[in-house]
Amino acid sequence: MMQSFRIPGAGRLTPAKTMRFTFDGQSFTGVAGDTLASALLANGVHLVGRSFKYHRPRGILSVGAEEPNALVDIERDAARKTPNVRATVQELYDGLAATSQNRWPSLSFDAGAVNDLASPLFSAGFYYKTFMWPKAAWKSFYEPKIRAAAGLGVAPDQPDPDHYSARFAHCEVLVLGGGAAGIAAALAAAETGVRVILCDEQAEFGGALRFEAGAKIDGADGWAWAQTAIAKLSAMDNVRLLPRTTAFGYYAQNFVGLAERLTDHLASPDANAPRERLWQIRAKRVILAAGAIERHMVFADNDRPGVMLASAARAYLNHYGVAIGRNVGVYTANDSAYAAAIDLKKAGVDIAAIVDLRDNPSGPLVEEARALGIEINHGRAVIRTGGRLRISSMSVQPKNGGGERKIAVDALLMSAGWTPSVHLFSQSRGKVAFDEETKRFLPGIYAQDCISVGACNGTDGLAASVEEAYAAGAKAAKDAGGKAAKAAKPKVEASENWSRGMLGAAPGAGPDKIVKAFVDFQNDVTAKDIRLAVHEGMRSIEHVKRFTTNGMATDQGKTSNMHGLAIAADTLDKNIPEVGLTTFRAPYTPVTFGAIVGHARGALFDPTRKTAMHGWAEAHGAVFEDVGQWKRTWYFPKPGEDMHAAVNRECRTVRQSAGLFDASTLGKIEVVGPDAATFMELLYTNPWQKLDAGRCRYGVMLREDGFIYDDGVVGRLAPDRFHVTTTTGGAARVMNHMEDYLQTEFPHLNVWLTSISEQWAVIAVQGPKSRDIIAPLVKGIDLSDEAMPHMSVREGRICGVPTRLFRMSFTGDRGFEVNVPADYGQAVWEALWTEGQKHGACAYGTEAMHVLRAEKGYIIVGQDTDGTVTPADAGLDWAIGKKKTDFVGIRGLTRPDLVAAGRKQLVGLRTNDPKIVLDEGAQIVADPKQAIPMKMIGHVTSSYWSENCGRSIALGLLTDGRARMGETLHVPMPDRTIEVEVTGPVFFDEKGERLNG
Amino acid sequence: MLLIHCPYCEEERPELEFRHAGEAHIARPTDMAAMSDEDFEKFFFIRSNPKGVIYERWRHVHGCARFFNAVRDTVTDKFVMTYKAGEPQPKKLPGAGK
Repeated sequence: MMQSFRIPGAGRLTPAKTMRFTFDGQSFTGVAGDTLASALLANGVHLVGRSFKYHRPRGILSVGAEEPNALVDIERDAARKTPNVRATVQELYDGLAATSQNRWPSLSFDAGAVNDLASPLFSAGFYYKTFMWPKAAWKSFYEPKIRAAAGLGVAPDQPDPDHYSARFAHCEVLVLGGGAAGIAAALAAAETGVRVILCDEQAEFGGALRFEAGAKIDGADGWAWAQTAIAKLSAMDNVRLLPRTTAFGYYAQNFVGLAERLTDHLASPDANAPRERLWQIRAKRVILAAGAIERHMVFADNDRPGVMLASAARAYLNHYGVAIGRNVGVYTANDSAYAAAIDLKKAGVDIAAIVDLRDNPSGPLVEEARALGIEINHGRAVIRTGGRLRISSMSVQPKNGGGERKIAVDALLMSAGWTPSVHLFSQSRGKVAFDEETKRFLPGIYAQDCISVGACNGTDGLAASVEEAYAAGAKAAKDAGGKAAKAAKPKVEASENWSRGMLGAAPGAGPDKIVKAFVDFQNDVTAKDIRLAVHEGMRSIEHVKRFTTNGMATDQGKTSNMHGLAIAADTLDKNIPEVGLTTFRAPYTPVTFGAIVGHARGALFDPTRKTAMHGWAEAHGAVFEDVGQWKRTWYFPKPGEDMHAAVNRECRTVRQSAGLFDASTLGKIEVVGPDAATFMELLYTNPWQKLDAGRCRYGVMLREDGFIYDDGVVGRLAPDRFHVTTTTGGAARVMNHMEDYLQTEFPHLNVWLTSISEQWAVIAVQGPKSRDIIAPLVKGIDLSDEAMPHMSVREGRICGVPTRLFRMSFTGDRGFEVNVPADYGQAVWEALWTEGQKHGACAYGTEAMHVLRAEKGYIIVGQDTDGTVTPADAGLDWAIGKKKTDFVGIRGLTRPDLVAAGRKQLVGLRTNDPKIVLDEGAQIVADPKQAIPMKMIGHVTSSYWSENCGRSIALGLLTDGRARMGETLHVPMPDRTIEVEVTGPVFFDEKGERLNG
Repeated sequence: MLLIHCPYCEEERPELEFRHAGEAHIARPTDMAAMSDEDFEKFFFIRSNPKGVIYERWRHVHGCARFFNAVRDTVTDKFVMTYKAGEPQPKKLPGAGK
């Protein structure tokens, strides 16, 4: 298809470099340097989408990131589908495939457009009013229907195959925005030798110079000057230029987030290249040169395809060489649209008429237009447009009423003036101030080391902007430690000057009319909706915004916010600042999840911790469970065994012979120093001073409020050295807790804390044969009961390597925990395994470990306790040193609620039917016949099938539990009520004889 | 992301290296066991929640691992100053009292 709207000789692209692309399956050609929008326009395509709510035909409004209408789906392959891409920022590449969104069955005939006829139903707040009842219908009916009908693009249904990179960077001066002001600021700063980063969201630097044909700087055309300046900057070692990079978020202390798009413009990106790169930049000074965004005119049917911002039409002509129509109308309240009309006229496009709301527009641009023979209708308004899938006419009327005239057009340019882009300034927590004279919000009070220059600072005219920006660049560099700037300041020899414009609804969107004068194109919000919101009681702009959804689409109201605010203020009969401005929030434009997530996905989402014996366990068929970041062996199924069979066998084998268990994940902390015992006395409830070296003790750690925080066996290796173990999950927080007290409350104690969790691998050898298994491998330690009784620790060697050998048990059977340096973990495990085989021992996992400890009533902190359980509740008050005068939690334990009657206490629970295994978390009631909601008097904390007991066992926390021994209580479940008998928590070997068995 | 000056490392480091640790200058009494219920309530549960200057404990957990104190403004989120654990609560803050 011919690019019939491409004007020979116009624009800066090379016509010979053609590229093919498709839109909704139809093939077109464009040229290198085009955006999807400019390429479509070159082919005369204006209709590109359907609106969000009313499904109205929509065209391309803008030439940049503010685009609310032209959202398309770009598909590279099944997984690389990006919805909601603004056609105005998507660079064309050969083979690009784009489809329109939110239409069915086709863009030109969309069944959803019936919404437009039914629009009285869809006025502001219609969600709140219409879909009130029945309540249950919201989830099953209303929401799915609304989501299907009012939608944007469709999210891809496959994982993102691209990868994304991330970088941190530091610089003295960060310049956000690469238009004339940004370039001037960067030039000034770069000359001083400091590190400068200049970014711009466009593929090429130059900003508004893209369309501003009347600019002349340093003897060159404005755009050419920009390219020369960029070439100069890119040759400097201290300057980093980031095109295609959007500064999307401005955070604390000049920390700015940038998204750099690396491959979205390429036809066949390198598979190894990152698609986007997230820059996290910390700058000493930030220069905001974000420019300004042109506003549309708010009048009836201002959304037809072919209705466009004047500056956009100008950029399509002057940069892309594309005429947006052949017979173009202009509707304006501002001079800048005249410049567009003049450029188009000179390029051979007919200008049907300029309609200017102002009574007596004057100035060089107006005169020039007149001189070119363009008809100027001043003091008049466009009150409506005609056409269906493309504008065909505009109806003009004196703004105070009178005769109506219909003028045929195939495109309509509009300009209500320019809104300074204060988004990033506002994100930096700077306070904007309303300038009464120019009716603009401008940077007011700064909160960070940044400065706004050029159009985003409300500075009018190129010369003044460049002057201001250059000075700001030089000052920022100097303040950040640079030398004085030497370079010659750019000299602006010619520029255009634009006067103000207007805010709010133009005549023709009057309050009495049932018309659609769009304020927010992307969310289909009209002037009437905003007035309605005010009439229905919304007073603050924050409420008006939420009620109407004005400015809440992904374009964040870049073109609509000021109009919406002005209409609300007008309806309230208040001044604009009294109604307030909504807060600008990051991101400035949408950022992909990929860029935010970067490498932190899949296997790199979170670290995986594996023990020294992981490889052996894997080779022996272990099933692993995740415990925090750890992979722990859960059970070791033999061929044909399910989990229950494996766990039952493991539990049986441990008590009959022995089992090997990888306990390496336990937290381990070495507490060393002359005051180590004193410190231990303060951090644990137990007494430690009199514990002999070589002996162990089960320690209970509380928080200051008296509740159990952690537990573990502690071995005293020497008078000044304790080997403390913690729960697997508690390792880091216990270390933090200890360091906190040592550094801040007990800094006088001479103690050193070292985390040794990863330095020592731990192999638990448990069961009657445990001593026989380790004995042949241990050197230098007397393993007899007399020399090494239960709860003792020795240092010696095993398999020729150093060991800290604990005699302790978490099963209730004779047991040892063999600590060896982690590097030897697997070798020692294998040696023990070989010995164990001779005795019929097994390897067991965490599930069997849980069952075995529950058979003995040993608690697991975090399972049988929940942060509200005291040692007395858990039956551990024996572990509190009665003579101690201080330890963390001592006062908490005597709090009234902690000593009151009626606390939940740890008990054992036996189901009357021994085959029933209770559900952990199930609630316990006294009377199952009571009315719902029942009074719940406790809950099940641990519950297993115990192969060794030949029945189910459970632990629970029960109100006044120890006074209820022998009582029958009830556990109501959805399908039945289970009778349980309250017992002591020990189910196996109640006398504890097996510890030496 | 904030930059926080660690008074032990004597340099500004990114917030990621630090962890907040509650309000500062709440000393643990030496005679804990003898505290009244009211005093314990104040010591353990009651915290100030000012709009403005707050004294906090922070830990340079992924750095030198030291706990220190910081003065921060809860409105602006800005750190006014940081100082070592055990040093007295600063009476005069930089930039104040003008």
